Amino acid sequence: MDTFDGYRRPDGRIGIRNIVAVVPLSVAVSAVATRIAREGPERAHATPHQLSADAPDATLEQTRRVLEGVATNPNVAGAVLVELGTERVDGEGIADAVAAAGRPVEILSVRECGGTAAAVETGVELVDDLAAETADARRESADVSELVLGVECGGSDATSGLAANPSVGNACDRLVDAGGTATFSETPEFIGAEHILAERCADSEVREKLLAYVDRREATAELMGADLRGAQPSPGNQEGGLTTIEEKSLGAISKGGTTPVQDIVPYGSDLPVGGGLVLMDTPGYDIESVTGKVAGGAQLVIFTTGRGSTTGNPIAPVIKVCGNPQTWDRMASNMDVNASTIVTGDDLEDVGERIYETVLETASGRPTAAEVRGLREFAINELQPNELGYFDGEGDGETVGSEEVSRS
Amino acid sequence: MTESETGAEAETAASADTDTETEATGTRRPSVELDESDTVVTVLEDAEAGDVVTDSELEVTEAVPFGHKVALTAHDPGDEVRKYGEVIGVATEPIEPGEWVHTHNCDSARGKAEGRR
Repeated sequence: MDTFDGYRRPDGRIGIRNIVAVVPLSVAVSAVATRIAREGPERAHATPHQLSADAPDATLEQTRRVLEGVATNPNVAGAVLVELGTERVDGEGIADAVAAAGRPVEILSVRECGGTAAAVETGVELVDDLAAETADARRESADVSELVLGVECGGSDATSGLAANPSVGNACDRLVDAGGTATFSETPEFIGAEHILAERCADSEVREKLLAYVDRREATAELMGADLRGAQPSPGNQEGGLTTIEEKSLGAISKGGTTPVQDIVPYGSDLPVGGGLVLMDTPGYDIESVTGKVAGGAQLVIFTTGRGSTTGNPIAPVIKVCGNPQTWDRMASNMDVNASTIVTGDDLEDVGERIYETVLETASGRPTAAEVRGLREFAINELQPNELGYFDGEGDGETVGSEEVSRS
Repeated sequence: MTESETGAEAETAASADTDTETEATGTRRPSVELDESDTVVTVLEDAEAGDVVTDSELEVTEAVPFGHKVALTAHDPGDEVRKYGEVIGVATEPIEPGEWVHTHNCDSARGKAEGRR
């Protein structure tokens, strides 16, 4: 039985980091949150984002879901929610959810404090107090089946589908076999490969949901009078040898492994513990996609790259797996696992095992390259007006667009 | 996938000194054909015109960068281009075996404003 050492939370979940999260409720206080975290203890990490204090209901609901998910991620020991005081998003409700998850939480209002200087001063005191309150947390042994692993790719090139993604997929298969949860997303990158995923769905309900999500993403591009070309594959992807979205997708889906698709959930929604392979509907923008999975409860992210992505996350450690030998040579200091040896004949199983071992070590506390360098990128997907007709804002994703499923 | 890069490069340099033609350098470049039904292979080193892709003994007729694709078969416009045993797009120009296959002669069939498949 594979185990790792993590922090047991009062709600029963297991964290692999002991972070004090500083979570702004709107863009108006993102800079304040960042400042508080910077002046606070090392364990204080901010999640600055760009979303406004007011927005259409569906957009607000998605923002609320993500903020709540981030603040209750098992890696969070305690949270300070920062507001200006005009936000429509339900800060009290988020605070209640954090408290219900057994984590200490405070709300800091910049207006009530009398301005940003006073808010930063008070915020740093709150963060210091939360850090002191949660400092005695000790790691204890946990079964690997309690891990929820998010898988992402960015800066893809032709090696992604040949080396990094299939070897990470091998590691996902190992985790799922051990009873854990693996999740990948980026719905636009299912296009052209959805028939393969559909065949692997656990039942017809999941299959219809998956195809509806893919149709919706494809139709959204159509709705905008644009198409995916130019953005998918990106100019960088194209330079790296990827010609079409179908080619990119076929390489991308291999990062989730080969086990059955048990479910697909909306952006930022809860991911089950012990759930096998579960997909999440997210945009293709990697930072927003990682945030969605962390909001869903992923304690850990594996991020594959060919051309060389360096990004991390403030809440979950991000393991970088590189499949391009030239990129590995140039950027090894930003990478954690070299999968490019597959290009020169290394065995997929061996590299997959190396990645799985890295997952366990990282879960037990070994810092990733992105953590060592303090790279903590964060962005929340904002539903655009032309998407609102396709998203009902309830986040159930069950019914909306199901009529779109009729495909030729 | 056995040729060492330095050896291959030395060979290219040598042939560049003696040949003014771009044909038949004979340098073998590692490549990977992922499925029997594929109509393209991916080269695992930068290839020049006249190089040979090892898996299929096919002569490359133009420069193809690392990670890019070489046509294994002739494609007419509208023909499916296959990799991973799946359709990755359609040919938009006639493509001869040995030619570079990329955005200039192959296009997605999906995610387009002008109509989906």
